[in-house]
Formats: sequence, C-alpha cells, structure tokens
Amino acid sequence: MALAQPPATPRFAGSIRLAARQFPRHRAAMVGLVCLVLICLAAALAPLIAPYDPVQIKLSAKLKPPSFEHLLGTDHFGRDVFSRLLYGGRTSLSVGLLVVAFAFVLGVPLGLASGYFGGRTDNLLMRLVDAFLTFPPLLLAVALVGLLGPDIQNVMLALGLVQAPVLARMVRGSTLAVREEVYVTAARALGAGPGRIVISHLLRNVVSPIIVQLTVVFAAAVVAEASLSFLGFGTQPPQPSWGRDMSEARRFLGDAPWMFLAPTGAIMLCVLSINFLGDGLRDALDPRAWRTRRAVEPDKR
Amino acid sequence: MALLAIRNLRTRFATDRGTVRAVDGVSFDLAEGEVLGLVGESGSGKSVTALSVMRLVPEPPGQVTADSMSFDGIDLLRLSEAQAREVRGASMAMVFQDPMRSLNPVLSIGRQLVEVLQRHQKLDRPAARRRAIELLEMVGIPLAEKRLAAYPHQFSGGMRQRVMIAIALSCNPRLLIADEATTALDVTIQAQIVDLVKRLTRERGTSVIWISHDLGVVANLCDRVNVMYAGRIVESAPIRDLFHRPSHGYTLGLLGSTPRIDGPALRRLSPIEGLPPNLIDPLPLCPFLPRCRVSVAACRERAPERRDLGREHWASCFAELNQRTP
Amino acid sequence: MTALLQVDDLRVHFGPAGAPGTVKAVDGISFSVERGRTLGLVGESGCGKSTTGYAILQLVRPTTGRVLYGGTDLCRADATALRRLRRKLQIIFQDAHASLNPRMPIGDLVGEALDIHGLYKGRARAGRIHELLDLVGLAGHLIERYPHELSGGQAQRVAICRALAVEPELIVCDEPVSALDVSIQAQIVNLLQDLQERLGLTYIFISHDLSVVRHMSDQVAVMYLGKIVEMAGKNEIYAAPAHPYTKALMSAIPVPDPDSEAQRQRVILAGDLPNPANPPSGCRFRTRCPIAIEACAATDPPPHDISTSHWAKCIRLAEGR
Repeated sequence: MALAQPPATPRFAGSIRLAARQFPRHRAAMVGLVCLVLICLAAALAPLIAPYDPVQIKLSAKLKPPSFEHLLGTDHFGRDVFSRLLYGGRTSLSVGLLVVAFAFVLGVPLGLASGYFGGRTDNLLMRLVDAFLTFPPLLLAVALVGLLGPDIQNVMLALGLVQAPVLARMVRGSTLAVREEVYVTAARALGAGPGRIVISHLLRNVVSPIIVQLTVVFAAAVVAEASLSFLGFGTQPPQPSWGRDMSEARRFLGDAPWMFLAPTGAIMLCVLSINFLGDGLRDALDPRAWRTRRAVEPDKR
Repeated sequence: MALLAIRNLRTRFATDRGTVRAVDGVSFDLAEGEVLGLVGESGSGKSVTALSVMRLVPEPPGQVTADSMSFDGIDLLRLSEAQAREVRGASMAMVFQDPMRSLNPVLSIGRQLVEVLQRHQKLDRPAARRRAIELLEMVGIPLAEKRLAAYPHQFSGGMRQRVMIAIALSCNPRLLIADEATTALDVTIQAQIVDLVKRLTRERGTSVIWISHDLGVVANLCDRVNVMYAGRIVESAPIRDLFHRPSHGYTLGLLGSTPRIDGPALRRLSPIEGLPPNLIDPLPLCPFLPRCRVSVAACRERAPERRDLGREHWASCFAELNQRTP
Repeated sequence: MTALLQVDDLRVHFGPAGAPGTVKAVDGISFSVERGRTLGLVGESGCGKSTTGYAILQLVRPTTGRVLYGGTDLCRADATALRRLRRKLQIIFQDAHASLNPRMPIGDLVGEALDIHGLYKGRARAGRIHELLDLVGLAGHLIERYPHELSGGQAQRVAICRALAVEPELIVCDEPVSALDVSIQAQIVNLLQDLQERLGLTYIFISHDLSVVRHMSDQVAVMYLGKIVEMAGKNEIYAAPAHPYTKALMSAIPVPDPDSEAQRQRVILAGDLPNPANPPSGCRFRTRCPIAIEACAATDPPPHDISTSHWAKCIRLAEGR
C-alpha cells in the first residue's frame, strides 16, 4: 500500500482546537470572554493605567462626583474611585484564580478517585466531603480565617477548601456516569489499565463539566472575597478591595452613589462575563458540535 | 374512494447544513381496510411521511407541503392545530417503536388510557374505566382490572406495546399507523403483536400503515407495499408482486441483503454497498444510482419516471427487472 | 481440531449469594469453540447471552465456572496474565457509537489499541493504523473524524478495527449488527466473514436474529433464561430443531415470502419471559411450553443426545415424540 507520510493523528490538543473553533458562534460567550480579558488586563496594568495612587488621601477632594479629573469620582477620603477599582480588581481576580486552582487540585483527584474506585474509598472520601458540606460555606470560611488570621492568603485557602468538596462531589458524579459507559468497557476489553482509563477516558469526558463548574467557582470566589472584605476579613484598609469599598460606600449612598456603584458594577460585570464564558465553554466542549470537515465522504467499498 | 389520498407530499427541514428533503414528492392512496407497508431504511423518509400525515411535524423547522392530502374527506393540510388534535387519536392513531418513550412513566396505565377515552370519546370516568379494562383484555393483557393501576416500568416491552395498541385503538380510529412498532421486541413477542394487529384490524376494518425495514414482517402482514428511498417511493406493488417481481434496484438490493432461515444456506449475503443517501442536495437523477448494481445508461442521463408494470405495480426504474428472487 | 476456547459450567449471578432475588443471569453454561469456526449464541432478551460474552472476557466476573483458553483458566488468571490474554480475546459491541469515546478521533481510537500493548511504536504506528482501516474498508482520511460524524456502519467498522489491532484469535461479537439497517448489516456480516477467512479468526456470534446467525455460524447454541437448551451444527438446528423453545423461535421468525408466510403454522408462545430472579422450578421453559407436562417441574432436564453433534434439554425428547 503506497502511502506518502500519513498525517499525524490529532491528540488531545486537537479537540481543544476544535472546541475553540466552535466558540465564536456563541455570541454571549464571546462578549463575556472579551469583557473578562479587558477586566484582567485592566487589573494587571493597574500601576500603568491608574491615574492616581489608590491609597493617597486628599481630603480636599472628597466625595467629588465623576468628572474629567476623576472618572468615577472620589470616595470619602478623596481617593480616586477608578484607581481603587483597578487595584481592587487585582485582589479580587487573583483570589478568584487561586481559589479555582486550590479547588481544582484538591477536588478533582478526590472526585475521580471516589468515582472510579468506589467501595470503601468512595465512602470514606465522601463522608469527609459531607463533613465539609454541612457548614454554610461563608461561615466556614470566616471560621477558618478567624483561626488562621485575616490575611488575604488565608482567605484564599479558606475559600478553596470550601469550594473543593463541591467540586469533588460533582466530579464524582460525572465519573460514576462515565465509568459505566460502553467505551470504558471497550477500553478495558482492549487491556487498558486503570491509569489509561482514568486519564484518556474518564478525565476527558469529565473535563467539560469540570471547566464549567470552575467558572462557577471563580465567580463564587470573587463574590465571596467581596463578602469577606465587606465583613472585615481579607484585605485590610487602606488596601483597595471591591468588597471593602462596597462596605464603606454604604454610608454615603445618598451623597455619593458612585462610590457604591463602581465596585458593585465591577463585580456584576465580572460574574456575568464568567457565567457567559462558562455557557459558551459548555457548548463548545460538546463533541457533537465538533465537525472536522463539511461532509463525510464515502468509504472505499 | 380512498380513505387516505396523498399527492406530492414534501416535507423539508431547515438545518444549519442546508435544507433536508426528508420527504420528496410522495403520492399514494390507502383504501379502507387495507394494510399498506412502508418499507425502507434510515433516511428513507418513511417515518417522516407518517408524522406528516399525522401533522406531528414541528413547523418550524419543518415544512409540510403537498398538492393534496385528504383523509376521509378532510383536507389535512388546512387543519388548525386544534382541529388536528381532534383528528389525531380519534380518527388516526399512531404506535411508535419505543413504548417506554410514548408512555408517561409517572402515570399509571389506567390513568393514561382513561385520559384518552375521556378526551376523545367524552366518557365519564366510570365508563372510561370500564372501557379501559375492555381494551386491555382485547389486547391480551391478563388480569386487566388489576393492571390498570400499574406503571409502565412494571410491564415488559411486549406488554407495553400492547398497551400502546390499546390506547391507539381505543377510539376506533379509521387509520392506524405503526412506526417500527415491533422492531425493538423479541421475535416471539413480535409474532404475538403482529398476530394481534392482524386480528384486530381485520375485525374492525381499520386501515393500517405498517412502517418497517423488516421485509419478513411486511410479507406476513401487508396487502401492499411502498418501498421508499431518499424521501421518495421507488416501487409500489401488491405484496406478492413485490417479492416475486421486484422491479427496482433498491428493492432487489434489500431482498438480497436480507438473511433468511428458509431456502439454501447462502454463505454470503449480497449487501448494498455504500452509504445512505444525501438528503440535502440531491442530483436530478435516481437517488439510488450511486449504490445500484443494475443501473443502465439511461440512469446517468435523467431521472427515472414511473413505469407501470400492470396489476397496480409500478417502479421508478429504467432497468428491466422482472426476476424471481433467488 | 482441538477446542480453542472451552467454557465449563459458567455461572454469573447478580446479587448477594443465596439471597432470594439473586438474578442468575447465566446459570451453568458449557460449550467449546474450535479454532477458525463460529459459534452462534442465540436467544431473546434476558436469556443471558450477552452476559455470557462479557463473562468469558472477564468484563463481568463469573460467580463460578471455568473459561479455558489455551490451557489457562481466565477466571483464575491474575491481572498481568489477563492483560496478556486480552490480546487474544476481543469483543465488539452492539452499539458501535457507544463503544467509541466521543472525544477521541478515529485515529486515536485505533492507535490506543496499539499503544496499550506496545505494538507498532514510533514511525510504524501511523502506517499500521492506515493498514488496519483499510482492512475493514474505511478510507484513511477518517482518522481525523470523531465518532458522531460516522454512520452506524462506519462506527462498527472502527470498532472491528480496534479489535483487530491487537491481533486477536477469538472475537466475541455481541449483537454487532442488530442496530444497523439491513443493507449495512449485510455489509458488516460479509466483512466479518471475510476477516475470518483472511485472518483465521474464531467467533462467538451473539444475536437474537436467527436469520443472521444462520449465515455466520457453524454451530448454534440456543439460550433461555440463563441456560443452553439446545446445541447443534447449523444445518441440523435449522432443519430439525428439537427443543420446543427453538421450534417456537424458528416459527416466529418472519420470512420475506408472502406465500410461505400465509401458510405457516406459527407456534405462538403464551405469556412473557418469567422473572429471572425467580425462574420456574425444573425446566425453566415449562411455563410457556406447549408440550409441558407435570414431570417438567421436577428437575432441570439433562441434555438429550439427538445425534453426535446435536443435543437438547427436554425430557419429552426421550419419549420418541
């Protein structure tokens, strides 16, 4: 059989490429992605973009409405709200990312192991997870932070620990479902060992709901950090934080609504973007949408 | 006058790959008391034809048009949704392949039967209950009164299909459409159900459209057969003529692909090579041409017309076929 | 010819041992298959034929019994030995699409079979994949496709391709064509036969469709509720079925010939399959059997030899009916 060098078979990256191709069809998701990217860029470039020092107090300029000089006005200490927003974003977004990372590293292997091995392993791990889940998440985070100290790192740890069990449960559920699929049995019949089955088959098919769930975790983390700051944990004054700024803005709602609206708006925009992104990802990762070429040509015989 | 008369039915679906011509110019008549077989494989359009007749095709994305489609004097195309619902169940009924999907799993069988009876026959509950028990007995379900309270999952596949038949026949429809009704059943259960349908429809004079890809069941049950391919009827014949004088390349191919338990044990089947047809952009030639073994020169030049073969037998095929099947 | 595979008193019970309500899906099956031949395992839903196929391959753990392959008992093989033996015994499933990971392109699916056993590594891999696809009649460019882009017939060919990739000796075919259109069915059946001739394969062909089995098999075993009720060479069983269940099964199969259909005497079985968790005592078929007598409830009938290669489990056969 004369063959020129046959094309390399696409690996896992290929499916990501295909998924990426599907993505632009989902308009809301594209908008979400763009927004999120802009928000992240703005936060990352805060030192360059921010017109003022976020902690610089200038009592003569306090509670000024939005103007050319202060795009989003000033707060009760005369600090530029826009600059505080940008720097505050750094905190919120990095918390989001790190919490996601924590939850992933803790929750996914737990869920996979539980789902795949079943039996006593499953029982043990899930009882552990249940223990965590009996606590209201925010309260648990508060308790942990109270125990460890109110720094931002502890907040991230606490939030991660709180989100991990939820993720683990979800991953376990998906794993259980996928484990029973015929293609897993087929792989076993070929002689595949547990390692190959977990990575090539289980993980690959569980990754889509995981990614979607991670976007939820991200959004929840951003909101949770805001809540914790609101309550007084996490970022300490005078560091900017969306949550803390919201908390301080309450008193001035009547006089200077922009103080409150800015961080609230930022959180809303962030969470919405992430949610839309998650929707788009969920659709894009559905293999039934993947099409490598226009039509399936006939076989040889 | 024919009970059902269809002329040039076309059903299309708008998809993101183009317009799928699921049914592409189907015309046939169905007489009172006749059992008509609609034979073909996936993509032949047989199920969509039935759904179009029943006005069950969602429009959009579907679009059902025809020169005429009349049932018992009623113009089916002009019916509003409400009117169609009246006709469905009362005059026309359909039984599907998977009874588990057609029955509501959280309602008891009795409840589902009674609902249909109350709606179409306007019976009160006690009368409807009595009738429901009668119907279950008619389809051969033992201990009918007790089984009224049972749920679909408590029945076996064959029993569920009997219940579906009971529901379908409950309002004495003039037309029963069975879409692969026995395909999912074991062969011994299939024999029971086919027997039941034969008996019931003969007793009541119901016309039947029996949709199947199983030529054996069709040979047992039907008076006439329309063979469909790519949304069109390619051959139509009385039952014996179809098997003794198959006159279309596809019919021949189907017969050759079908394994049998009678006759000599052939070691090899004669499959139809290739893949099912493309319903989006058909060429103006015979849709079966790419897979046909008996094509002639004319097939590559123009679309085949209907050739009358006498005795109500016609086929859209240029090849002069008229052989006994092997 | 010596038997390639021998199954002795295989039993697969689901549920706690001894408890009422234990489903005895496979309850004492014994047979052997010779190299290069096809054994057809037929029966209707619930008879245990698919479970038998899975149990032979240890995809479902048998409760008791032996599965001897080349002298080794698969039921007692350790993980390493079993892995090695997996190369020799393969399976193709009824739902071809379900047996292919929807997120893996065809090339990877076939390649996986090679990778698991370390066959054709490095540069030879791609070429071998193309060879295998060619063997089952699939065009090479399909390696980039995903399973949902393939038709039922193509998907089944991919599944066959994967099974062949490990170079097996025996393939269990679990209803491989039941979900396919008749013309595609015929293509796949022919393909399986071609492969058998070319590669000297042995098949256990599981199906409820006696017509297809007739084409594929050399020997046929009929199952009912977990037991084999009749076994014979192909010609004998179709010409002269002995067991009343086999007779009913044969008579129920419709034949595409309206004349013979009109004349046929059908044996219509009464009722439904009994609950497998609570099968009838004695002969399991007696509740639906047209010729059952009182003695049938007493014990499970032993195999009655009708000829050297044909036996059936029915006490009434001994009467010389």
